[in-house]
Amino acid sequence: MTFIKKKLLSFFSPILSVRSWVIATPYVWLGLFFVVPFFVVLRVSLSEEVLGIPPYTDMFLWVDTYVAKIIFTFESYTYLIEDDLYLSSYLTSLKFALITTIVALLLGFPMAIGISNLNKKWQIIMLLLIMLPFWTSFLIRIYAWLNLLTPYGLINSFLIYIGVITEPLRLLFNNFSVTIGMVYCYLPFMILPIYVTLEKMDPSLQEAASDLGAKPFTVFKSIILPLSFPGLLTGSLLVFIPCVGEFVIPEILGGSDNILIGRLVWNEFFLNHSWPTAAALSIALLVILFIPIYGLQKLQKIFAERLES
Amino acid sequence: MLKSNLFPKIILGIGLCFLYLPILIIIFYSFNAANFTSIWGGFSTRWYYELFQDTYLWQAAWTSLKIAFTSATLATFLGTLASLALTRFSPFKGQRLFSSLTIAPLVMPEIIIGLSLLLLFVSLNICIGWPSKRGFWTICIGHTTLSMAYVVAIVRVRLSHFDKTIEEAALDLGAKPLRVLTFITLPIISPALFAGWLLAFMLSFDDVVISSFTSGAGSTTLPMVIFSRIRTGISPEINAFATLFIATITLIILLLAWVKLRKQPV
Repeated sequence: MTFIKKKLLSFFSPILSVRSWVIATPYVWLGLFFVVPFFVVLRVSLSEEVLGIPPYTDMFLWVDTYVAKIIFTFESYTYLIEDDLYLSSYLTSLKFALITTIVALLLGFPMAIGISNLNKKWQIIMLLLIMLPFWTSFLIRIYAWLNLLTPYGLINSFLIYIGVITEPLRLLFNNFSVTIGMVYCYLPFMILPIYVTLEKMDPSLQEAASDLGAKPFTVFKSIILPLSFPGLLTGSLLVFIPCVGEFVIPEILGGSDNILIGRLVWNEFFLNHSWPTAAALSIALLVILFIPIYGLQKLQKIFAERLES
Repeated sequence: MLKSNLFPKIILGIGLCFLYLPILIIIFYSFNAANFTSIWGGFSTRWYYELFQDTYLWQAAWTSLKIAFTSATLATFLGTLASLALTRFSPFKGQRLFSSLTIAPLVMPEIIIGLSLLLLFVSLNICIGWPSKRGFWTICIGHTTLSMAYVVAIVRVRLSHFDKTIEEAALDLGAKPLRVLTFITLPIISPALFAGWLLAFMLSFDDVVISSFTSGAGSTTLPMVIFSRIRTGISPEINAFATLFIATITLIILLLAWVKLRKQPV
């Protein structure tokens, strides 16, 4: 009797222990609402589009009560390859993400250096100032540029006033406005990780170098740049990844020809009601996103090893 | 000396102008009397008056507040559990997968999170009849899944930088693990918990993509209303709303910063 009791207890103890509940609760949540949905997308991407609710075919065709045929088709994927629109929109998304990352890097790196050169109190104030727009609504920040870039907005009015141009420039609904919106929204993500690595840096290194006669540019090239590399990588990744899948910025600031992949998924789903195509687009987007993430992680590893040796 | 080098400081100044100019313009135009924001028609608080008459917008704001509060609380709870499991427990089966799963939503495009959740809810509805309609709870689930990753990112760092000897001392003195958690660990990491909750709240209150996918009829959130209005162009009423919003957030942040700076003088 005691043997059975012991067996039962050892079987149920993982279910009863606090430890397993602590692990299982978030695990199950993520499994149910993050992993399973991914497989649902995969399954819908392999189904055929039909008119109805839901607008895709069932994967299982029930031949008998217990026998089912599994039906799937790669139609949505061949559709993606055949139509140039999809490939070009992937390339457009990557192009925008890359340009945004470079601009954010060129602007954010000196800004981070500027902050780290200040005294402690001003560093905190500056970081607060950088973070403050981030806490105000994302939508409102994008909307702010509508006000600035319209043909009669501040920038055009100013340029006409000082006599540089006579006709208002077309600043809105093109590549320019989309890039500016993206840089504007994701700049804090670039500055903060770079600042963190600069902050960890031993200031005596820079002092020693300049005491030994190194010019500011040499100090930058041989000390600041290599030591802040991990921060530059993290920052670039934090800007690049959300930009590839971005929907709101190109939708509001972009023109009808700035078709980024996020917009395409949205349109396929909400306007064309083509769920399998939207699902296939999402899967393809994930595959494309995986490549730079994987590559940068590899790069980070190589760099960390080199730094150690 | 590099510290005296002006170049980074100049760029910092330009960058700050870049960050703040659009916001200042919004505030300026919110007091514009003209119908079209780009032309100055004199000072007026007309748009604020019209904003307060806009019950549809305030209803959406109330819905958003409720969703943000619920999902932030859920996300903080789940995120803290996950962080505890990752920093305080001996290795368990599937820990590596768990660890990468907790941060995966950070790099997942929102549009995919939204689409995949909607497809899940539709399939679940067909299979088990739940959720029978999409709305408050489905949006909450979406926001919680996204923001718990941010909570883990904040809380986990705090937990791993934590002086474990305090916990060990309490355990050695005979305190039960649960007692150590509630009387030592949680109070010490409470600033991180609060920061995580606040971030989760803002993420939810600001989200338009996941909400659009997971909402149903009658559950429109504030960002969805704003999004549909600014899609068609500039709206002076939204300028007034943005000004109020920015003012509120600034006040809260300044208050928090003031409290923090007063507590630990630098």
